[in-house]
Amino acid sequence: MLNISGLREGIVLDHIQAGKSLDIYYHLGLDKLECQVAIIKNAKSSKMGRKDIIKIEGPLDSISLEVLGYIDHNITVNIIRDDKIVEKKRLELPKKITNVIHCKNPRCITSIEQELPHIFYLADKKTETYRCMYCEEKYGK
Amino acid sequence: MRHLLNPLDFSVEEISRLLDLAADIEHDRPRFAHVCDGKKIATLFYEPSTRTRLSFESAMLSLGGSVLGFSSAASSSAAKGESVADTIRMVSCYADICAMRHPKEGAPLVASLHSSIPVINAGDGGHQHPTQTLTDLMTIRSLLGRLDNMTVGLCGDLKFGRTVHSLINALVRYPNVKFVLISPTELKIPEYIREDVLKAGNIEFMEVDNLDAAMPKLDILYMTRVQRERFFNEEDYIRLKDCYILDRAKMKLAKEHMFVLHPLPRVNEISVEVDDDPRAAYFRQVQYGVYVRMALIMTLLEVEKPC
Repeated sequence: MLNISGLREGIVLDHIQAGKSLDIYYHLGLDKLECQVAIIKNAKSSKMGRKDIIKIEGPLDSISLEVLGYIDHNITVNIIRDDKIVEKKRLELPKKITNVIHCKNPRCITSIEQELPHIFYLADKKTETYRCMYCEEKYGK
Repeated sequence: MRHLLNPLDFSVEEISRLLDLAADIEHDRPRFAHVCDGKKIATLFYEPSTRTRLSFESAMLSLGGSVLGFSSAASSSAAKGESVADTIRMVSCYADICAMRHPKEGAPLVASLHSSIPVINAGDGGHQHPTQTLTDLMTIRSLLGRLDNMTVGLCGDLKFGRTVHSLINALVRYPNVKFVLISPTELKIPEYIREDVLKAGNIEFMEVDNLDAAMPKLDILYMTRVQRERFFNEEDYIRLKDCYILDRAKMKLAKEHMFVLHPLPRVNEISVEVDDDPRAAYFRQVQYGVYVRMALIMTLLEVEKPC
Protein backbone atom coordinates (compact mmCIF):
# COMPACT_ATOMS: atom_id res chain seq x y z
CA MET A 1 0.00 0.00 0.00
CA LEU A 2 1.37 3.37 -1.06
CA ASN A 3 0.93 6.20 1.44
CA ILE A 4 0.45 9.74 0.26
CA SER A 5 0.22 12.33 3.00
CA GLY A 6 -3.21 13.92 3.56
CA LEU A 7 -4.26 17.31 2.30
CA ARG A 8 -5.11 20.10 4.73
CA GLU A 9 -6.37 22.39 2.01
CA GLY A 10 -6.57 21.63 -1.64
CA ILE A 11 -8.23 19.71 -4.43
CA VAL A 12 -8.45 16.01 -5.16
CA LEU A 13 -9.29 15.01 -8.70
CA ASP A 14 -10.78 11.57 -8.40
CA HIS A 15 -12.10 9.03 -10.90
CA ILE A 16 -9.60 9.94 -13.58
CA GLN A 17 -9.50 7.31 -16.29
CA ALA A 18 -6.43 5.12 -15.59
CA GLY A 19 -3.40 6.38 -17.48
CA LYS A 20 -4.81 9.85 -18.15
CA SER A 21 -3.43 11.66 -15.12
CA LEU A 22 -0.28 12.92 -16.81
CA ASP A 23 -2.27 14.37 -19.72
CA ILE A 24 -4.42 16.22 -17.21
CA TYR A 25 -1.34 17.31 -15.26
CA TYR A 26 0.00 19.11 -18.32
CA HIS A 27 -3.38 20.34 -19.67
CA LEU A 28 -4.12 22.02 -16.33
CA GLY A 29 -0.63 23.50 -16.22
CA LEU A 30 0.12 21.79 -12.90
CA ASP A 31 3.76 21.52 -13.93
CA LYS A 32 3.94 25.30 -13.63
CA LEU A 33 2.55 25.46 -10.08
CA GLU A 34 4.81 25.85 -7.07
CA CYS A 35 2.59 23.82 -4.73
CA GLN A 36 2.75 20.10 -3.94
CA VAL A 37 1.05 17.84 -6.46
CA ALA A 38 0.71 14.08 -6.08
CA ILE A 39 -0.21 11.81 -8.94
CA ILE A 40 -1.51 8.37 -8.11
CA LYS A 41 -1.69 6.00 -11.03
CA ASN A 42 -3.67 2.79 -11.32
CA ALA A 43 -5.36 3.01 -7.93
CA LYS A 44 -7.95 0.31 -7.26
CA SER A 45 -11.52 1.46 -7.81
CA SER A 46 -14.76 -0.41 -7.22
CA LYS A 47 -16.46 1.77 -9.87
CA MET A 48 -13.77 1.85 -12.53
CA GLY A 49 -11.48 -1.09 -11.84
CA ARG A 50 -8.41 1.11 -12.05
CA LYS A 51 -8.28 4.88 -11.80
CA ASP A 52 -5.85 7.75 -11.45
CA ILE A 53 -6.02 10.43 -8.76
CA ILE A 54 -4.35 13.83 -8.57
CA LYS A 55 -3.98 15.70 -5.27
CA ILE A 56 -3.19 19.40 -5.45
CA GLU A 57 -2.29 21.53 -2.49
CA GLY A 58 -3.85 24.96 -2.97
CA PRO A 59 -7.07 26.87 -3.69
CA LEU A 60 -9.64 25.80 -6.31
CA ASP A 61 -8.84 28.74 -8.57
CA SER A 62 -5.42 27.23 -9.24
CA ILE A 63 -7.04 24.93 -11.81
CA SER A 64 -9.47 25.52 -14.67
CA LEU A 65 -12.68 23.54 -14.29
CA GLU A 66 -13.49 24.48 -17.89
CA VAL A 67 -10.40 22.66 -19.12
CA LEU A 68 -11.07 19.73 -16.84
CA GLY A 69 -14.70 19.50 -17.96
CA TYR A 70 -13.55 19.40 -21.57
CA ILE A 71 -10.93 16.70 -20.96
CA ASP A 72 -13.20 14.42 -18.93
CA HIS A 73 -16.42 15.59 -17.34
CA ASN A 74 -16.69 12.32 -15.37
CA ILE A 75 -13.84 13.34 -13.07
CA THR A 76 -14.91 14.14 -9.51
CA VAL A 77 -13.47 17.31 -8.01
CA ASN A 78 -13.26 17.17 -4.22
CA ILE A 79 -12.53 20.37 -2.33
CA ILE A 80 -10.60 19.72 0.87
CA ARG A 81 -10.47 22.01 3.88
CA ASP A 82 -9.05 21.01 7.28
CA ASP A 83 -8.47 17.47 6.02
CA LYS A 84 -12.15 17.02 5.12
CA ILE A 85 -14.08 16.97 1.87
CA VAL A 86 -16.23 20.11 2.11
CA GLU A 87 -17.57 20.09 -1.44
CA LYS A 88 -17.83 17.78 -4.41
CA LYS A 89 -18.02 19.58 -7.72
CA ARG A 90 -19.71 18.00 -10.71
CA LEU A 91 -18.15 18.79 -14.02
CA GLU A 92 -20.01 19.48 -17.22
CA LEU A 93 -18.89 19.73 -20.80
CA PRO A 94 -18.22 23.46 -21.12
CA LYS A 95 -20.32 25.29 -23.73
CA LYS A 96 -17.27 27.28 -24.80
CA ILE A 97 -13.56 26.65 -24.39
CA THR A 98 -10.82 29.16 -25.02
CA ASN A 99 -7.23 28.30 -25.88
CA VAL A 100 -7.56 24.68 -24.76
CA ILE A 101 -7.53 23.16 -28.23
CA HIS A 102 -6.35 24.70 -31.47
CA CYS A 103 -8.02 24.85 -34.87
CA LYS A 104 -6.19 22.71 -37.40
CA ASN A 105 -8.00 24.04 -40.47
CA PRO A 106 -5.33 25.69 -42.65
CA ARG A 107 -8.05 27.95 -44.11
CA CYS A 108 -9.10 29.30 -40.70
CA ILE A 109 -8.31 32.93 -39.86
CA THR A 110 -6.52 31.67 -36.72
CA SER A 111 -3.91 30.08 -38.99
CA ILE A 112 -2.55 33.51 -39.97
CA GLU A 113 -3.54 35.73 -37.04
CA GLN A 114 -1.58 34.26 -34.16
CA GLU A 115 -2.94 36.58 -31.46
CA LEU A 116 -6.56 35.44 -31.91
CA PRO A 117 -7.87 33.26 -29.10
CA HIS A 118 -8.78 29.75 -30.23
CA ILE A 119 -12.43 29.56 -29.22
CA PHE A 120 -14.50 26.41 -29.66
CA TYR A 121 -18.17 25.95 -28.83
CA LEU A 122 -20.00 22.74 -27.98
CA ALA A 123 -21.92 21.86 -31.15
CA ASP A 124 -23.24 18.45 -30.12
CA LYS A 125 -23.39 17.36 -26.49
CA LYS A 126 -24.21 13.75 -27.37
CA THR A 127 -21.13 13.23 -29.53
CA GLU A 128 -19.04 15.74 -27.51
CA THR A 129 -18.26 17.61 -30.70
CA TYR A 130 -16.71 21.04 -30.58
CA ARG A 131 -16.49 23.45 -33.51
CA CYS A 132 -14.18 26.38 -34.10
CA MET A 133 -16.06 29.65 -33.56
CA TYR A 134 -14.46 31.18 -36.66
CA CYS A 135 -14.49 28.51 -39.36
CA GLU A 136 -16.84 25.90 -37.76
CA GLU A 137 -14.27 23.17 -38.30
CA LYS A 138 -15.07 20.16 -36.14
CA TYR A 139 -12.77 19.09 -33.34
CA GLY A 140 -13.54 15.52 -32.32
CA LYS A 141 -12.39 14.26 -28.93
CA MET B 1 -26.35 47.17 -34.88
CA ARG B 2 -26.50 43.99 -36.93
CA HIS B 3 -24.06 42.15 -39.14
CA LEU B 4 -24.63 39.51 -41.80
CA LEU B 5 -22.03 36.76 -41.45
CA ASN B 6 -24.07 33.64 -42.07
CA PRO B 7 -27.34 33.15 -43.98
CA LEU B 8 -28.85 31.96 -40.71
CA ASP B 9 -28.30 35.35 -39.06
CA PHE B 10 -31.67 36.33 -40.53
CA SER B 11 -34.87 34.47 -39.66
CA VAL B 12 -37.17 33.19 -42.39
CA GLU B 13 -39.47 36.16 -41.69
CA GLU B 14 -36.59 38.64 -41.94
CA ILE B 15 -35.47 37.10 -45.22
CA SER B 16 -39.01 37.31 -46.50
CA ARG B 17 -39.15 41.04 -45.62
CA LEU B 18 -35.73 41.57 -47.24
CA LEU B 19 -36.79 39.83 -50.46
CA ASP B 20 -40.04 41.85 -50.48
CA LEU B 21 -37.98 45.04 -50.24
CA ALA B 22 -35.65 43.80 -53.01
CA ALA B 23 -38.69 43.10 -55.20
CA ASP B 24 -40.00 46.63 -54.50
CA ILE B 25 -36.61 48.01 -55.58
CA GLU B 26 -36.70 45.87 -58.73
CA HIS B 27 -40.07 47.29 -59.72
CA ASP B 28 -39.36 50.95 -58.90
CA ARG B 29 -35.63 51.70 -58.82
CA PRO B 30 -35.89 55.51 -59.14
CA ARG B 31 -37.84 55.66 -55.87
CA PHE B 32 -34.77 54.32 -54.03
CA ALA B 33 -32.15 56.41 -55.84
CA HIS B 34 -31.40 58.72 -52.89
CA VAL B 35 -32.21 56.73 -49.76
CA CYS B 36 -28.50 56.38 -48.89
CA ASP B 37 -27.34 59.87 -49.87
CA GLY B 38 -24.22 60.70 -47.85
CA LYS B 39 -23.61 57.09 -46.77
CA LYS B 40 -20.46 55.14 -47.65
CA ILE B 41 -19.76 51.45 -48.08
CA ALA B 42 -16.22 50.09 -47.69
CA THR B 43 -15.56 47.05 -49.84
CA LEU B 44 -12.67 45.20 -48.18
CA PHE B 45 -11.69 42.50 -50.64
CA TYR B 46 -8.63 40.54 -49.56
CA GLU B 47 -8.93 38.27 -52.59
CA PRO B 48 -9.96 39.08 -56.15
CA SER B 49 -13.65 39.13 -56.99
CA THR B 50 -15.09 41.12 -59.81
CA ARG B 51 -18.71 40.18 -59.50
CA THR B 52 -19.41 40.46 -55.80
CA ARG B 53 -17.41 43.64 -55.30
CA LEU B 54 -19.00 45.37 -58.28
CA SER B 55 -22.42 44.17 -57.17
CA PHE B 56 -21.97 45.78 -53.73
CA GLU B 57 -20.61 48.95 -55.28
CA SER B 58 -23.40 49.10 -57.86
CA ALA B 59 -25.95 48.54 -55.09
CA MET B 60 -24.64 51.39 -52.93
CA LEU B 61 -24.28 53.76 -55.89
CA SER B 62 -27.86 52.94 -56.96
CA LEU B 63 -29.04 53.96 -53.49
CA GLY B 64 -27.27 57.34 -53.76
CA GLY B 65 -24.32 56.39 -51.53
CA SER B 66 -20.63 56.20 -52.33
CA VAL B 67 -17.93 53.55 -52.15
CA LEU B 68 -14.33 53.13 -51.02
CA GLY B 69 -12.13 50.13 -50.40
CA PHE B 70 -9.52 47.81 -51.84
CA SER B 71 -9.71 44.87 -54.19
CA SER B 72 -6.79 42.68 -53.12
CA ALA B 73 -4.76 42.02 -49.99
CA ALA B 74 -1.67 43.29 -51.79
CA SER B 75 -3.19 46.76 -52.08
CA SER B 76 -4.29 46.86 -48.43
CA SER B 77 -2.37 47.22 -45.20
CA ALA B 78 -2.75 43.46 -44.72
CA ALA B 79 0.37 43.28 -46.90
CA LYS B 80 2.15 45.12 -44.08
CA GLY B 81 0.87 42.59 -41.57
CA GLU B 82 -2.10 44.52 -40.19
CA SER B 83 -4.68 42.34 -38.45
CA VAL B 84 -8.32 42.17 -39.51
CA ALA B 85 -9.29 43.64 -36.13
CA ASP B 86 -7.11 46.72 -36.62
CA THR B 87 -8.23 47.19 -40.24
CA ILE B 88 -11.91 47.19 -39.29
CA ARG B 89 -11.34 49.60 -36.40
CA MET B 90 -9.80 52.00 -38.91
CA VAL B 91 -12.45 51.42 -41.59
CA SER B 92 -15.20 52.03 -39.01
CA CYS B 93 -13.99 55.65 -38.93
CA TYR B 94 -14.26 56.01 -42.71
CA ALA B 95 -17.46 54.23 -43.73
CA ASP B 96 -21.00 53.50 -42.54
CA ILE B 97 -21.08 49.83 -43.56
CA CYS B 98 -18.59 47.35 -44.97
CA ALA B 99 -18.53 44.23 -47.11
CA MET B 100 -15.56 41.94 -46.51
CA ARG B 101 -14.23 39.12 -48.61
CA HIS B 102 -11.33 37.18 -47.16
CA PRO B 103 -9.61 33.91 -48.14
CA LYS B 104 -9.47 32.84 -44.49
CA GLU B 105 -12.58 31.41 -42.90
CA GLY B 106 -14.00 33.40 -40.00
CA ALA B 107 -12.26 36.69 -40.91
CA PRO B 108 -15.58 38.61 -41.19
CA LEU B 109 -16.59 37.25 -37.78
CA VAL B 110 -13.35 38.62 -36.33
CA ALA B 111 -14.11 41.95 -38.02
CA SER B 112 -17.63 42.04 -36.57
CA LEU B 113 -16.24 41.60 -33.04
CA HIS B 114 -14.20 44.79 -33.37
CA SER B 115 -16.38 46.88 -35.67
CA SER B 116 -18.63 49.83 -34.93
CA ILE B 117 -20.30 49.56 -38.35
CA PRO B 118 -22.33 46.67 -39.82
CA VAL B 119 -20.13 43.99 -41.41
CA ILE B 120 -21.36 41.95 -44.35
CA ASN B 121 -19.55 38.71 -45.09
CA ALA B 122 -18.92 38.83 -48.84
CA GLY B 123 -17.35 35.34 -48.79
CA ASP B 124 -14.80 33.82 -46.40
CA GLY B 125 -12.71 30.99 -47.85
CA GLY B 126 -14.79 27.87 -48.41
CA HIS B 127 -17.05 28.76 -45.50
CA GLN B 128 -20.01 31.11 -46.05
CA HIS B 129 -21.25 33.53 -48.68
CA PRO B 130 -24.56 34.85 -47.35
CA THR B 131 -25.24 37.57 -49.92
CA GLN B 132 -24.86 35.03 -52.71
CA THR B 133 -27.44 32.99 -50.81
CA LEU B 134 -29.81 35.94 -50.61
CA THR B 135 -29.28 36.43 -54.35
CA ASP B 136 -30.03 32.76 -54.97
CA LEU B 137 -33.15 32.89 -52.79
CA MET B 138 -34.44 35.97 -54.58
CA THR B 139 -33.75 34.39 -57.97
CA ILE B 140 -35.56 31.18 -57.06
CA ARG B 141 -38.50 33.02 -55.50
CA SER B 142 -38.81 35.34 -58.50
CA LEU B 143 -38.61 32.52 -61.05
CA LEU B 144 -40.60 29.76 -59.31
CA GLY B 145 -42.78 32.00 -57.15
CA ARG B 146 -41.92 30.01 -54.03
CA LEU B 147 -39.11 28.81 -51.79
CA ASP B 148 -40.81 25.62 -50.63
CA ASN B 149 -41.96 22.35 -52.22
CA MET B 150 -39.15 21.87 -54.70
CA THR B 151 -36.21 19.67 -55.59
CA VAL B 152 -32.89 21.46 -55.84
CA GLY B 153 -29.91 19.86 -57.58
CA LEU B 154 -26.49 21.13 -56.57
CA CYS B 155 -23.76 20.10 -58.97
CA GLY B 156 -19.95 20.28 -59.09
CA ASP B 157 -17.70 21.30 -56.25
CA LEU B 158 -19.84 20.73 -53.20
CA LYS B 159 -16.86 20.43 -50.87
CA PHE B 160 -15.22 23.83 -51.22
CA GLY B 161 -18.20 25.61 -52.80
CA ARG B 162 -19.26 27.99 -50.06
CA THR B 163 -22.28 29.14 -52.07
CA VAL B 164 -23.57 25.60 -51.89
CA HIS B 165 -23.11 25.34 -48.12
CA SER B 166 -24.85 28.65 -47.53
CA LEU B 167 -27.72 27.81 -49.88
CA ILE B 168 -28.36 24.45 -48.23
CA ASN B 169 -28.36 26.10 -44.80
CA ALA B 170 -30.90 28.64 -45.99
CA LEU B 171 -33.23 26.31 -47.91
CA VAL B 172 -33.61 23.66 -45.21
CA ARG B 173 -35.74 26.17 -43.30
CA TYR B 174 -38.52 25.98 -45.91
CA PRO B 175 -40.96 23.06 -46.01
CA ASN B 176 -40.52 20.15 -48.38
CA VAL B 177 -37.28 21.17 -50.08
CA LYS B 178 -35.38 18.12 -51.31
CA PHE B 179 -31.77 18.04 -52.44
CA VAL B 180 -29.93 16.05 -55.08
CA LEU B 181 -26.20 16.48 -54.45
CA ILE B 182 -24.27 15.75 -57.64
CA SER B 183 -20.49 15.59 -57.31
CA PRO B 184 -17.44 13.35 -57.70
CA THR B 185 -16.50 11.52 -54.50
CA GLU B 186 -13.60 13.90 -53.80
CA LEU B 187 -15.87 16.96 -53.87
CA LYS B 188 -18.82 15.74 -51.81
CA ILE B 189 -20.42 18.11 -49.30
CA PRO B 190 -18.55 18.42 -46.00
CA GLU B 191 -19.56 16.06 -43.26
CA TYR B 192 -20.90 18.89 -41.04
CA ILE B 193 -23.48 19.88 -43.67
CA ARG B 194 -24.49 16.25 -44.22
CA GLU B 195 -24.74 15.36 -40.51
CA ASP B 196 -25.63 18.56 -38.70
CA VAL B 197 -27.83 20.21 -41.31
CA LEU B 198 -29.38 17.59 -43.56
CA LYS B 199 -29.57 14.46 -41.40
CA ALA B 200 -30.22 16.37 -38.17
CA GLY B 201 -33.04 18.29 -39.86
CA ASN B 202 -34.56 15.15 -41.40
CA ILE B 203 -34.16 16.65 -44.86
CA GLU B 204 -34.62 14.39 -47.86
CA PHE B 205 -31.42 14.27 -49.90
CA MET B 206 -29.42 11.96 -52.12
CA GLU B 207 -25.76 12.03 -53.10
CA VAL B 208 -25.09 10.94 -56.69
CA ASP B 209 -22.36 11.33 -59.27
CA ASN B 210 -24.50 11.22 -62.43
CA LEU B 211 -25.95 14.52 -63.63
CA ASP B 212 -27.99 13.01 -66.51
CA ALA B 213 -29.96 10.73 -64.22
CA ALA B 214 -30.71 13.57 -61.82
CA MET B 215 -31.89 16.12 -64.42
CA PRO B 216 -35.58 15.07 -64.77
CA LYS B 217 -36.18 15.36 -61.02
CA LEU B 218 -35.03 18.95 -60.60
CA ASP B 219 -36.90 22.25 -60.27
CA ILE B 220 -33.63 24.13 -59.81
CA LEU B 221 -30.17 23.08 -60.99
CA TYR B 222 -27.43 24.99 -59.21
CA MET B 223 -24.16 24.56 -61.11
CA THR B 224 -20.80 25.41 -59.56
CA ARG B 225 -17.29 25.85 -60.81
CA VAL B 226 -14.44 23.70 -59.55
CA GLN B 227 -12.26 26.44 -58.07
CA ARG B 228 -8.53 26.23 -58.69
CA GLU B 229 -7.77 28.50 -55.70
CA ARG B 230 -9.33 26.02 -53.24
CA PHE B 231 -6.89 23.20 -54.12
CA PHE B 232 -3.49 22.73 -52.53
CA ASN B 233 -2.64 20.24 -55.26
CA GLU B 234 -2.78 21.26 -58.95
CA GLU B 235 -3.07 17.63 -60.10
CA ASP B 236 -6.33 17.17 -58.18
CA TYR B 237 -7.72 20.34 -59.73
CA ILE B 238 -6.89 19.26 -63.28
CA ARG B 239 -8.38 15.82 -62.71
CA LEU B 240 -11.67 17.18 -61.35
CA LYS B 241 -12.26 20.47 -63.17
CA ASP B 242 -14.20 19.08 -66.12
CA CYS B 243 -16.23 16.46 -64.30
CA TYR B 244 -19.60 18.03 -65.21
CA ILE B 245 -20.45 20.05 -68.29
CA LEU B 246 -24.04 21.15 -68.76
CA ASP B 247 -24.90 21.23 -72.46
CA ARG B 248 -27.97 21.28 -74.69
CA ALA B 249 -28.27 17.48 -74.62
CA LYS B 250 -28.47 17.45 -70.81
CA MET B 251 -30.98 20.33 -70.84
CA LYS B 252 -33.27 18.14 -72.97
CA LEU B 253 -33.56 15.81 -69.97
CA ALA B 254 -34.81 18.59 -67.69
CA LYS B 255 -38.33 19.76 -66.84
CA GLU B 256 -39.81 22.51 -68.98
CA HIS B 257 -39.94 24.87 -65.99
CA MET B 258 -36.62 23.96 -64.41
CA PHE B 259 -34.14 26.83 -63.98
CA VAL B 260 -30.34 26.77 -64.07
CA LEU B 261 -28.51 28.97 -61.58
CA HIS B 262 -24.77 29.54 -61.23
CA PRO B 263 -22.95 31.88 -58.82
CA LEU B 264 -20.54 32.77 -61.69
CA PRO B 265 -17.93 33.11 -62.99
CA ARG B 266 -18.31 29.97 -65.04
CA VAL B 267 -15.42 28.39 -66.82
CA ASN B 268 -16.69 25.53 -68.93
CA GLU B 269 -19.15 23.75 -66.65
CA ILE B 270 -22.03 25.35 -68.56
CA SER B 271 -21.61 25.27 -72.31
CA VAL B 272 -22.32 28.65 -73.96
CA GLU B 273 -24.93 26.90 -76.12
CA VAL B 274 -27.14 26.74 -72.99
CA ASP B 275 -27.13 30.55 -72.59
CA ASP B 276 -30.02 31.02 -75.02
CA ASP B 277 -32.22 28.47 -73.30
CA PRO B 278 -35.00 30.37 -71.45
CA ARG B 279 -34.29 28.17 -68.44
CA ALA B 280 -30.73 29.55 -68.14
CA ALA B 281 -31.19 32.07 -65.34
CA TYR B 282 -27.61 32.81 -64.28
CA PHE B 283 -27.37 36.25 -65.83
CA ARG B 284 -30.76 37.29 -64.41
CA GLN B 285 -29.37 36.04 -61.09
CA VAL B 286 -26.62 38.71 -61.29
CA GLN B 287 -29.26 41.45 -61.59
CA TYR B 288 -31.23 40.05 -58.66
CA GLY B 289 -27.96 40.16 -56.71
CA VAL B 290 -27.83 43.94 -57.01
CA TYR B 291 -31.43 44.35 -55.84
CA VAL B 292 -30.95 42.09 -52.86
CA ARG B 293 -27.71 43.84 -51.84
CA MET B 294 -29.51 47.19 -52.11
CA ALA B 295 -32.20 45.82 -49.79
CA LEU B 296 -29.55 44.45 -47.43
CA ILE B 297 -27.63 47.72 -47.21
CA MET B 298 -30.89 49.56 -46.46
CA THR B 299 -31.84 47.00 -43.83
CA LEU B 300 -28.49 47.00 -42.00
CA LEU B 301 -28.26 50.81 -42.12
CA GLU B 302 -31.87 50.94 -40.88
CA VAL B 303 -32.83 53.22 -43.76
CA GLU B 304 -36.58 53.77 -44.04
CA LYS B 305 -38.34 52.68 -47.20
CA PRO B 306 -39.31 55.83 -49.17
CA CYS B 307 -43.01 56.64 -49.48
